[in-house]
Amino acid sequence: MTAVLVVLLVAAALAPVLHRLWRRGAAPILALVLAGAFGWFLSAVPVVASGGAAEWARPWVPALGVEIAFRLDGLGLLFALLITGLGSLVVLYAGRDLHGHPHLGRFLLYLVGFAGAMLGLVLADDLITLFVFWELTSVTSYLLIGFDHADERARRAALQALLVTGGGALALLCGLLLLGAAAGGTFRVSEIALAADAIRAHDAYGAILALVLLGAFTKSAQVPFHFWLPNAMAGPTPVSAYLHSATMVKAGVYLLARLDPVLGGTPAWTATLTLVGVVTMLTGAVLAVAQTDLKRLLAYSTITALGTLVSLLGLGFVASLVAATVFLLVHALYKGALFLVAGTVDHETGTRDVRELSGLRRTMPWTATAAALAGLSMAGLPPLFGFIGKELSYKAKLGSEELGVVLVITAVLANALTFVAAGRVALEPFAGARGPRGREPRWSMRLGPVVLGAAGLVLGLAPAIVADPLIAPAVQAVAGEPVPVELQLWYGAGPALALSVVTVALGVAGYLARERLRRAGEHVDALFGGFDRAYDRALAALVASCVWLAARLQSGSLRAYLRRVVATLIVVVLASLVATGTVEIGAVRFDGVDLPALALAALLASAALVAATARSALAAVTALGAVGFGTSLLYVWLGAPDVALAQLLTETLIVLIVLRVLSRLRGARVRPKRGRASDAALAAAVGAVVTVLLLAVLHLPFDRSVSDQLARASVPEGKGRNVVNVILVDFRALDTLGEITVVAVAALGAWALLGGVRRKGAA
Amino acid sequence: MTAASLIVRTAARLLVPLLLLTSLVVLGRGHHEPGGGFIGGLVAAGGLALHGLAFGRTRTRRLLRIRPQTLIGAGLAVALGSALPSVLRNQPFGTASWVEVVGITLGTPLVFDFGVYLTVIGFAATLLDALEGA
Repeated sequence: MTAVLVVLLVAAALAPVLHRLWRRGAAPILALVLAGAFGWFLSAVPVVASGGAAEWARPWVPALGVEIAFRLDGLGLLFALLITGLGSLVVLYAGRDLHGHPHLGRFLLYLVGFAGAMLGLVLADDLITLFVFWELTSVTSYLLIGFDHADERARRAALQALLVTGGGALALLCGLLLLGAAAGGTFRVSEIALAADAIRAHDAYGAILALVLLGAFTKSAQVPFHFWLPNAMAGPTPVSAYLHSATMVKAGVYLLARLDPVLGGTPAWTATLTLVGVVTMLTGAVLAVAQTDLKRLLAYSTITALGTLVSLLGLGFVASLVAATVFLLVHALYKGALFLVAGTVDHETGTRDVRELSGLRRTMPWTATAAALAGLSMAGLPPLFGFIGKELSYKAKLGSEELGVVLVITAVLANALTFVAAGRVALEPFAGARGPRGREPRWSMRLGPVVLGAAGLVLGLAPAIVADPLIAPAVQAVAGEPVPVELQLWYGAGPALALSVVTVALGVAGYLARERLRRAGEHVDALFGGFDRAYDRALAALVASCVWLAARLQSGSLRAYLRRVVATLIVVVLASLVATGTVEIGAVRFDGVDLPALALAALLASAALVAATARSALAAVTALGAVGFGTSLLYVWLGAPDVALAQLLTETLIVLIVLRVLSRLRGARVRPKRGRASDAALAAAVGAVVTVLLLAVLHLPFDRSVSDQLARASVPEGKGRNVVNVILVDFRALDTLGEITVVAVAALGAWALLGGVRRKGAA
Repeated sequence: MTAASLIVRTAARLLVPLLLLTSLVVLGRGHHEPGGGFIGGLVAAGGLALHGLAFGRTRTRRLLRIRPQTLIGAGLAVALGSALPSVLRNQPFGTASWVEVVGITLGTPLVFDFGVYLTVIGFAATLLDALEGA
């Protein structure tokens, strides 16, 4: 299992090289790798179905209890099969769709990299591991949406998706950390489940739930965070088919299912998930029929599906979990197929506007068939898999005692609108009179839609194929107990079937009045466009506040900076002195007057006075240099040759550098007259504060244990007699590394500011 | 910058090589006597500053052969690279390794110190170079 993950990530890393070596072959080879992974997970089905679960764990940050841990159970396996199976078809498709694109290699890197990240996410058994892969999917999604980076819309959409899902992920991280703490310090998902009762009764439960839900809802595009998903359609179609319908946007749903045993079952959980899910479902359905762009239409219908899944998970009883799991698979199959069909239509005809498309069935029979199969499944008609999914979700919603009526009515409405949407996507472009030209693409672009569409038909006719091996173990992983899953096309006449009939009747009526529905939907769309604009306004406000703050803090005046630094020093030192309480300074003893030291001190003081009062800048710099040299002499006298040497040389360089700066500033007003009095006051204050601090420090007994220890260890362990140097380059070398890094950054920064980096185009 | 006087140029011709040599000596003796990479680097930087003062930026650049920014990067890379043996031996990051070559003890701390030396020279040379180009 871990090996499969590693293989995928390595394959992703090699994709650009592969593409350079063999342009045509790169995508098919990578598709084969993914197909191999699919085969591996397929071979694991019997083991997992019989209750076995593969586990793999290595300590990562043992001090914090963080592990890299993976575990393959029913839920993970279902997702893993979707990720690798769909991934294989999509990569194959992408190789043809983007054939000849100069950055196809990069695209394949992102796409296969995403597959690896998503696989890691659904296999992770450690919350931190899960989070890392969660973020990795957001990052690859960002790169893929913005793949066409010359297009400003794509860039905006990519950033928006990243900010919305990334912001949610920050909340999620807090939630997961709280969850780990509440579970007694473990991050293992399988262990946390054991502490479920304690967690649900924990004080932090409310906070954990809110934070985790924020993460899941942003990722799975629930209202009010749904707006990024339709915009994400700016990415290439394979991306929409793979990430933004079948896999990545389901990560939130996955997380909810995964944590359902831990966090689920409380009134807060049920109420929030059901409410948000139903609102999202209806919003998506209404907005879907308002669209004419195939991809945007499909995006909104994906929002509907995500809402349906969340509301089913919210109900939380076994029938609804079964319905959610089946619907997950149903939706991945038909939505993946339809996105690829939309991409093919766009690729061949150059438009995605349903109003301009018609009659394509004549020239694109394969694509039309795939679209018909997927569309029938989406509409929920027998004998397709979608029908079973819809029946199950009706049954589940009918089973809810408190909310049954509301849930059923909203579900019928949403499904009827989805029926209309299915008609617009799968029927309208292919039926009717001859429209724009188009011809069947190569097999590599036909395979995906046909396989996915056919899968919907096969699973509809013989749902037993997946019932016991796949669906039951997945439900068991959430429910925590073995659950009998019986899937069949014909459950007998009952309320669910009646609802289906009503849905289809409404759907047909809606399809016939689709243009009227669209105009009605557009009014709602205008209303909901506010979310997108609110995002823009929030972003603009953030930037404006940063500009304001930066203008306040970074005035560009060195003097203002120095004042602030000095004033802060005074405040901080005074505050900590006051906080310590009594400051014992004690009597300063003068036993034996150290004449040379006194003479040096007098020299330093007079040089400082000259520096402060000198009229010319040159004199001030020279006097400042004298202060520095005097200080180094003091070090020599006090027996610190290393420090003295360093001080001496630094002073030399400083004088040289400042002189050069002055030569550049010739003519500039170096010493303004105003504010000198307050400067003097500030200087006097900082002098006084530091003096008090030093006296207070000297009064304390000096603890020699550390310095003695280092001095003793210098020769035997550091093999050097100069303990200062041994500390710098051996004992505390990491500190030194940090310091020289700061030196490097400072030098490069100054270099850039002084014009070392010239902009392109400038002289 | 205006041309420096004959005295400065003559002195520089003698002093710059001497300073650079001294910097290497200071770097080398640092483990046992006062000195080391930081101080050695400063001595060398002083030499470069004197060279620049005497002969101007263009000739100092020619003397250096590589860009001062490259020196900074090289210094950081050398310092970081000195931790490589500890990583390879699976010791805590930065643990020193020592070898005895004909009676002289050599170890990764010396390599690290050399990295510090290069970074400091690069730092000073970068600033002096950038400041002269007005």
